[in-house]
Amino acid sequence: MCLAIPGQVAEIVDPATHIAKVDVGGVKRNVNIGLLVEEPGGIDVGDWVLIHVGFALSKVDEAEAAATLSLLRGMGEAFEDELEQLKASDIG
Amino acid sequence: MKYVDEYRDAELARTLGSEITALAEPGRHYKVMEVCGGHTHTIYKHGIEDHLPESVELVHGPGCPVCVIPMGRVDDGISIARQPNVIFTCFGDMMRVPGGNGSLLDVKAEGADVRFVYSPLDALKIARNNPDKEVVFFAIGFETTAPSTALTLMRAKAEKLRNFSVMCNHVTIVPPLMALLESPDLRLDAFIGPGHVSTVIGCRPYEFIPADYGQPVVVAGFEPLDLLQSIYMIMRQLAEGRNEVENQYGRVVPWEGNLRALDILQRVFELRPYFEWRGLGFISQSALKLSQEYADFDAELRWDIPGVRVADPKACQCGEVLKGVIKPWECKVFGTACTPETPIGTCMVSSEGACAAYYNFGRFARSKERAGA
Repeated sequence: MCLAIPGQVAEIVDPATHIAKVDVGGVKRNVNIGLLVEEPGGIDVGDWVLIHVGFALSKVDEAEAAATLSLLRGMGEAFEDELEQLKASDIG
Repeated sequence: MKYVDEYRDAELARTLGSEITALAEPGRHYKVMEVCGGHTHTIYKHGIEDHLPESVELVHGPGCPVCVIPMGRVDDGISIARQPNVIFTCFGDMMRVPGGNGSLLDVKAEGADVRFVYSPLDALKIARNNPDKEVVFFAIGFETTAPSTALTLMRAKAEKLRNFSVMCNHVTIVPPLMALLESPDLRLDAFIGPGHVSTVIGCRPYEFIPADYGQPVVVAGFEPLDLLQSIYMIMRQLAEGRNEVENQYGRVVPWEGNLRALDILQRVFELRPYFEWRGLGFISQSALKLSQEYADFDAELRWDIPGVRVADPKACQCGEVLKGVIKPWECKVFGTACTPETPIGTCMVSSEGACAAYYNFGRFARSKERAGA
């Protein structure tokens, strides 16, 4: 559960409740970006974020995100589990 | 998009390994604790120890949220899950953790409505969709996860959702580190600091470790190279006689942490006077409970729970594993009575637990050989 996976913000779904759609390795799901709204430069479509239990925890740069994703794919089962759980998630 | 070239990685790993070897003083043994269970997972999965000289020993720390939940808390959760009209939700890892009388999975098999969720927001949605049911979220995790529970509670309050509550088991990372540093059982040389916890709390909370105990701390990322580089940074500090907090994971971890997340934690939670940690015993001010303002959402106030301390099974040595006093394979029941399929202790349940990591990645034989057993 402590795994954090990078995803790219694809759409701000609801600014009032800080819900954004993120793309994680082709899987698009809603996450909460409320922890990052006071980040310098804010948070917007195209930004890469580290996602933990349905919340964006921090902003990451694109190269870092790519490296982490490729590492996580290599982790096999743990990443697949996390991705499966994210797929089953229905945050709204 | 650029992808990491694996060959260069392997090359760089070898280089870092020889730099670390070169920094090791002949005749000295180094004990470096990786605090975070995520790091433990990476270390075994990628065979980080294969790149280290024998004099550098990695000691696994208490930073696995599932592993540190004591049996009594599982029983308390189960007592709520058994109530009529309750939908009990938790993270998947938590389902198989044995309490004094079975696990949440066992209670589910008996007919209780226990569901695993990916996010506390999924639990909130279940509450919204089932207004005639009581939905309880069993919250676990360090400061990495606590802000997510906090924001979920703020949302529940804003929506005036009366059928949602949280049984809070959030813990904080610094008090157990302090307890370990004070423990006579274990003499460490340095710490690999937890990466994701630090995105929230930043690096400052670790400053007491070099200041009061003279040991370096390097906050590390989760790639194999991150860990090797962090060990290299630690060895450099030790070789140069420096003790500092350094941030290897600066590309993700801000030195000051996430101020908004810290502010939210302050608002929604307060420190418990003490909390029991599996294997580590009672540690003062080491866990969070819902603040007065959120008391209406506190499952522990909504239901009578036994609140009884349950001793770990005699055969289980998770406590010593969590303190880094013994290696997983030194536990009497490791791999025999205790396996990931039928765990006795929490360290065998979670993928971040040291025992499960050892067991799953077959590091067992090699480590035993290395220790001359």
